[in-house]
Amino acid sequence: MSLSNGKMIELYKEMLKIRRFEERVSDLFSKGLIPGFVHLYIGQEAVAVGVCANLTKNDYITSTHRGHGHCIAKGADMKRMMAELFGKKTGYCKGKGGSMHIADYSSGILGANAIVGANIPIAAGAAFAAKSKGTKNVSVSFFGDGASNTGAFHEGINIAAAWKLPVIFVCENNLYAISTRTTRSTPITNIADRAASYGIPGVIADGMDVIAVYEAAHEATERARNGLGPTLIECKTYRFYGSFEGDPQRYRTKSEREEWLTKDPLNFGEKLVKQDILTDADLQKIDQEARSAVDEAVEYARESPYPEAEEVTKDLFA
Amino acid sequence: MREITYVDALREAIREEMLRDETVFVLGEDIAVHGGDFGVTKGLLEEFGENRVRDTPISETAIIGLSLGAASAGMRPVAEIMFSDFLGVCMDQILNQVAKMRYMSGGQVKTPIVIRTAFGAGISAGPQHSQSPEAFFMHIPGLQVVMPSNPYDAKGLLKTAIRSDNPVVFFEHKLLYSSKGQVPETEYCVPFGKAEIKREGEDVTILATGLMVSKALAASQKLETKGISAEVIDPRTLDPFDKDALINSVKKTGRFIVVHEAWKRCGVGAEFAAMVAEEAMDYLDAPVKRVCGMSVPAPFSPALEKYVIPNENDIVKAVQEIV
Repeated sequence: MSLSNGKMIELYKEMLKIRRFEERVSDLFSKGLIPGFVHLYIGQEAVAVGVCANLTKNDYITSTHRGHGHCIAKGADMKRMMAELFGKKTGYCKGKGGSMHIADYSSGILGANAIVGANIPIAAGAAFAAKSKGTKNVSVSFFGDGASNTGAFHEGINIAAAWKLPVIFVCENNLYAISTRTTRSTPITNIADRAASYGIPGVIADGMDVIAVYEAAHEATERARNGLGPTLIECKTYRFYGSFEGDPQRYRTKSEREEWLTKDPLNFGEKLVKQDILTDADLQKIDQEARSAVDEAVEYARESPYPEAEEVTKDLFA
Repeated sequence: MREITYVDALREAIREEMLRDETVFVLGEDIAVHGGDFGVTKGLLEEFGENRVRDTPISETAIIGLSLGAASAGMRPVAEIMFSDFLGVCMDQILNQVAKMRYMSGGQVKTPIVIRTAFGAGISAGPQHSQSPEAFFMHIPGLQVVMPSNPYDAKGLLKTAIRSDNPVVFFEHKLLYSSKGQVPETEYCVPFGKAEIKREGEDVTILATGLMVSKALAASQKLETKGISAEVIDPRTLDPFDKDALINSVKKTGRFIVVHEAWKRCGVGAEFAAMVAEEAMDYLDAPVKRVCGMSVPAPFSPALEKYVIPNENDIVKAVQEIV
């Protein structure tokens, strides 16, 4: 598959936006400006971007506690995301959800979810609705290697496969469920192999390569849109930061991290320069744009008011 | 007026709502071809087809999670969890997902999901098929909890539940399924949060839920012969709860007894007793009494099971202790 230059530049811009957003979140968190916990997406940008580049606004995603990247890639506004992280009234969830629960139903983001695996059957449900209404929309569930050991993973994929629902299950295998390495928790090397038990394609993609992810997701979304049912895509990836900010990371070595850093998905920018698709000056300009967008988001979040006390009892019931 | 069973009343409610609104669909274990373990969904597959009447795998987590995803995308699922004991299997989806999705998204989404389930002891179904777990769900903010005691309410409340934009856990007592009652042929809904005074009285207020409503009424007849006039209240919905009906009744009678089949400790009766203590203490002429299920798993043997479920004599005795 050959992607247009414009499309490849878009993929790069999206990944960089996520990177700059997350770096700033890390900084703000360390300064105590963001309460709660944050789980950063840095290192995994190619997965969210490569998958979401195949989706329209009317397609659905369900995300995870490490969800900022998914939301940005699916079209969420960084200003309202940052405001949510700050617990402000202007945040997507009016400050009621925070980092682990950003949702933007108008962009098809059916919520980031802080219960590992729980978002998998929810994505199947959105796919059921899409199919029942006779649309060609699809649903994507992002989850980690840890989630693939939950009952919700098995139940969600099984029912989606049995009912041939238009859903793509995207496992971001970053090798660690918090601190527990997959080799210690999971008796198989490739989580994609689990697709065989549901009679659906199980595909492995290089999760550090946005084009590889894009292509795998392209095939899976086409299958789903054409009524052929779900696909399980395992993206082999790595998070460059801890599981959460403040994670001492005793479970992995520096050299392992350094080796993965050489596969940084953002190296894609230099590839585009080598292919004469972008110049160094373009890269600088794109970076400046991403930084400015993040600056604006932070400014918006800082200046926004906190929710009023009356807000606490609202939104429980429709 | 015609008389129909509780099962037929429930089925009519689902059918009418499916005809009225094409986003309504039903799903659950053995609900389509088999028509449901208790027959509630019998005939719906033939009438509405497989797209709207779905047999699921034995996957309670998937049933509720899929319902939530579908509801988030504009559908109105009516899920059956065959026995309320199995709600434990999908508790994460109910506690952390269904009940919280609207609130934690800042009100972005409506989650019109009905979770129908059979509850209650009395048929030797054993410890994992006999529970009354309504208190777990009444405890969780964001859920509506419904417990009809008769066919009329079963139909009217289920129609309201399906039309509700909020998640509803709908408890159907398995000993009530074959009970008969008057149900009009014309369409009606029973509103949530409106208790029914089943019997007016002066000396004591008996609030009873589910199957216990009929036992409280039977007890009140016995009490009548002893010169005690009991008022019997059926709250019909536990959340929203008609607190005014309870408080006003207790202010009138000065005595309060709550009756439910679920375990006494931390049962819904404890909450109602606390409401009375908070808002009508000065009107009480005697201590509040709870007549509830024993706090043990429901045993299998009929010889044992009968002890864990309150009966009308237990209610009569409790009333006589405080009147």
